[in-house]
Amino acid sequence: MSADSDQQSIRCLVAKVGLDGHDRGAHVIARAFRDAGFEVIYSGLHNAPDEIVQAAVQEDVNVLGISILSGAHNTLVPKVIEGLKEYDAFEDTLILVGGVVPDDDKAELKEMGVAEVFGPGTPMEETIEFVRENAPRR
Amino acid sequence: MTGDTGRIGGEHADLLDDLLAGKHRALARVITKIENRDPGYRDLVSALHDHTGSSEVVGITGSPGAGKSTLVDKVANYYRERGETVGVIAVDPSSPFTGGAVLGDRIRMASNVGDMDVFFRSMSARGTLGGLSTATTDAVKALDAFGKDKILIETVGAGQNEIDVVKTADTVAVLVPPESGDNVQMLKAGILEIGDVFVVNKADLDGADRTVQELREMLHMRDDRAATLSTGHHGASRSQGGSEDSEDGDDERERWDPRIVETVAKDGDGVPEFVETLADHRAYLERSGRLEAKARTRYAEEIRNLLRDDVGELLEDEIERRGGMAELVAGVMARETDPYSVADEVIDPLEGCLDDS
Repeated sequence: MSADSDQQSIRCLVAKVGLDGHDRGAHVIARAFRDAGFEVIYSGLHNAPDEIVQAAVQEDVNVLGISILSGAHNTLVPKVIEGLKEYDAFEDTLILVGGVVPDDDKAELKEMGVAEVFGPGTPMEETIEFVRENAPRR
Repeated sequence: MTGDTGRIGGEHADLLDDLLAGKHRALARVITKIENRDPGYRDLVSALHDHTGSSEVVGITGSPGAGKSTLVDKVANYYRERGETVGVIAVDPSSPFTGGAVLGDRIRMASNVGDMDVFFRSMSARGTLGGLSTATTDAVKALDAFGKDKILIETVGAGQNEIDVVKTADTVAVLVPPESGDNVQMLKAGILEIGDVFVVNKADLDGADRTVQELREMLHMRDDRAATLSTGHHGASRSQGGSEDSEDGDDERERWDPRIVETVAKDGDGVPEFVETLADHRAYLERSGRLEAKARTRYAEEIRNLLRDDVGELLEDEIERRGGMAELVAGVMARETDPYSVADEVIDPLEGCLDDS
């Protein structure tokens, strides 16, 4: 009740990049995150990288979850990371990628600054736990 | 500027400087601190005050699916094309069970993709009663101090909380979808009383004409009833919720009759007319002195809210000192005392201090 009591909440942006129209996974994640008590900003289908950067910066999210099923992660994710750096938002945003990503690419994405890559069949609890443990505090 | 920043600590002072210098990241972080009620956020917000007062604030409300987000997108785009900068605060409900929320209003912001001069921020109600309107008011200050020309607040017109939120605005627009039986619902929710401009969106659908007609009748009734109630005091006939009308008795000169605008937000039809109507209302507010009266009422309310929070906090401490709430309740349960007496006892020291001063 008190005016100064900390009311911190984990804010996540769930974004779909690329041209594929498969947003079911993103929907499932968004709902699971909500049920875990997170504030989820869902930005819809076909987000361009600069759109994701705009949303992540303005919403000041702790977590950015990018869902890619088109296989274009190697071109799209670097653009997002570059954009975040431009606005000084890279350092304290936890970046997650969900989708079908070959192992070689996984390593490369992590090298770039992606915290974790979640493939098909990852239990929801595992993703939520990862967010709880690793989301940077504000 | 240095005068402001002198009061607050290093991290916050830098943040304030960055915000005033136009850094988006700083603006976003300030709003986060406001939402989190981060330690020290109050000093930050009070330092913002000096830099506010130049934005035009419009509240947009209506039932879910009325087209608020789509209209906000088009209006923001229209302002941008005129070279003005825009801030948007979109308020969505959160789950009362988990505190979680899915905030999806960004999906509709298609016209402003990648344009950083439209600063769009989603907010959800967190926890405490009245906390949302406090957070929104403070977030508006941040956008104002940042230098946004126009600020749009978007919220579902569902309850008192949301109505309090749009009262932060100088001009309130209410969206009404055609033939939805919603019209009666709106009356119930008290939404009709707060609108300065009514927008019949999706005006290309069947039933739009009828909705306009019904709305016109209802607004007419609202005028008539209020006029009789207020025994000739015209100010109350477009009551914005009561209190501020009692503070200025001088608006007999001119009154604002709520306007009805038809739009098809998804195609942008009617958007110029809507924006023009907002500007008309703004001009009326300035001309009639209502803008200032509204600001006075708003500040008065803000001070009261802050004091209520602060006093509540002091009293919570006092309750703890007296052994905690459970202890006090035990006495009441045992019929040794009663709630009124307990309240009197708890507040007594505070009362004593205030009387002495």
